[in-house]
Amino acid sequence: MANDPDEKQPPAPPPGEKPAAKPPAASGEAAPKPPAAAGAAPPKPVAPAAPRPPAAPPAPKEGPVALDNDLVRRYKAKFGDAIREAWTDRKQAILVVALERLGDVALYSRDDEKFDWLSDLTAVDWPKRDKRFDIVLNLYSFEKNERLRIKAHAAADERVPSVQGVWTTANWLEREAYDMFGIIFEGHPDLRRILLPEEWQGFPLRKDYDILTQDTAWVRENLGVESGQ
Amino acid sequence: MADKRNAYGTDVETTVLGADEIILNMGPQHPSTHGVLRVKLRLDGERVISSECIIGYLHRGVEKIAEHRSYQQFAPYVDRMDYLAAVSNGLGYCEAVEKLLGAEAPPRARVIRTILTELQRIASHLFWLGTHALDIGALTPLFYCLREREEILKIFEKYCGARLTTHAFRIGGLQYEAYDELEKDVERFCNPFDKRVDEYEALLTENRIWTGRTKNVGILTAKEAVDHAASGPVLRASGVKWDIRKAMPYAAYDQYKFEIPTGKNGDTFDRYMVRLEEMRQSRLICLQAIANIPAGPIMARIGKVLKPPPGEVYHAIEAPKGELGYYIVSDGTTQPYRVRIRPPSFVNLEAFDKMIRGHLVADVVAIIGTLDIVLGEVDR
Repeated sequence: MANDPDEKQPPAPPPGEKPAAKPPAASGEAAPKPPAAAGAAPPKPVAPAAPRPPAAPPAPKEGPVALDNDLVRRYKAKFGDAIREAWTDRKQAILVVALERLGDVALYSRDDEKFDWLSDLTAVDWPKRDKRFDIVLNLYSFEKNERLRIKAHAAADERVPSVQGVWTTANWLEREAYDMFGIIFEGHPDLRRILLPEEWQGFPLRKDYDILTQDTAWVRENLGVESGQ
Repeated sequence: MADKRNAYGTDVETTVLGADEIILNMGPQHPSTHGVLRVKLRLDGERVISSECIIGYLHRGVEKIAEHRSYQQFAPYVDRMDYLAAVSNGLGYCEAVEKLLGAEAPPRARVIRTILTELQRIASHLFWLGTHALDIGALTPLFYCLREREEILKIFEKYCGARLTTHAFRIGGLQYEAYDELEKDVERFCNPFDKRVDEYEALLTENRIWTGRTKNVGILTAKEAVDHAASGPVLRASGVKWDIRKAMPYAAYDQYKFEIPTGKNGDTFDRYMVRLEEMRQSRLICLQAIANIPAGPIMARIGKVLKPPPGEVYHAIEAPKGELGYYIVSDGTTQPYRVRIRPPSFVNLEAFDKMIRGHLVADVVAIIGTLDIVLGEVDR
């Protein structure tokens, strides 16, 4: 789990791969450059000789794997059903928690599990889902040198408990999430737009945000001209 | 002043100004805000009571653009965020997508990436030092710093043809083989560079004006730095010894020896010392790296059409400004479903209000400078 110095090599190239372009030159000379197979090949050493079907090389093991380790058990012992799911993806641990317990989980993560550094807070929009937003918190623990991702699902009109009181840095991050997705964070001291102008209509990172309509309307209203788009 | 909110912002709106208090607007076109940053300061005489940063002037919707480009097409866009460290941005993005694909760049590519990224760190810090000193009133360092930075940009230009927005790396490795004299050029730059840093120090470190303007200015304690999720030199100057290159090594950093410099007081002077030392350490990494660039391919075997399996990844690197993270969600198509960029400048700037309170107006430029922000990255 966590970000990992020790990821395995991709299982890609076994079938009759040419031994790395050039035999490793007699180890004497420092850092021999492979001059792109002695001028034979064009500068791009990418293409394997035979045209391979673009079938993606990564083996199916990439992707979500259910997770049940001590960390998850501790969370489950503490929060019971509020821990909805736990899995790893690309060896990174992910917990899905009930939205209404997000604040408690955040506090517990910081104080008991020592995830004292909120590296990022953002959201992902899945408009077809019942609860369309994923609230995503990327945490880091200096003590354990580990990352953990906590997610909660929120419907469009649902209020998300703010974690600004737990990590001060969430102040701007939640403002940005509000700015881009229109997610209301309950308990945030100053929830305003941060990157876009205050009079902006709509929330651009929602999947159903129509850029053209928005742009035309904004230009007409604020510049008094018809948009050239 | 038709709209009161626009003119004053909430902090002022909700409280009544004292008899001696005024609101001072700084920027967005102020030379020492390093771009289009606007700061509203509430002052009591010369002293700053509170402040508010107004950002977004350079907002280009990079994250939205990403959703409408293929993985490769988006790569050049990330160069335009922190345009003083384009190579680092590219490294973070390429590695994040590689992780999403389950691929890995070959060793040779990783070493060349490391060399260029460390050069970029030096270049970024040089530009920071020059402009920071200029803001505080020392004109000379700027010329020295830009002289050295120019050499690095020339190396980039020779390598990939571009100096600033380099797009130096590709997903899966490198497009360009290292040019013939890369090692020599890097060596030629690195060998005297230690002495050059000494020269900057001779100009500044014990200069009375410099210490007067930087010591005990903008103090951020370790606890506050963690609370505000500051990263990079800002965090380390507060005494937290943490560097992603060591904590979770990427590229080829696990092969090299280097130190993580830290400060004690978390003031502007400590951040200055930390960055200077970082330049020295980057130089050491470059020298170690050019001594042994492994042979082999420079591109991993990944398809031309990238379709990462559905899922998500968060990958962070130690950019010159701090933790630069990419959170990418794939839905199995050729275009990312969501790309979230965790910008170090944005998060570090959040601590600005904390740092400036109680200081003088003149310290505002010192603190903006010491945070080393690039507005292209703050606003994305």
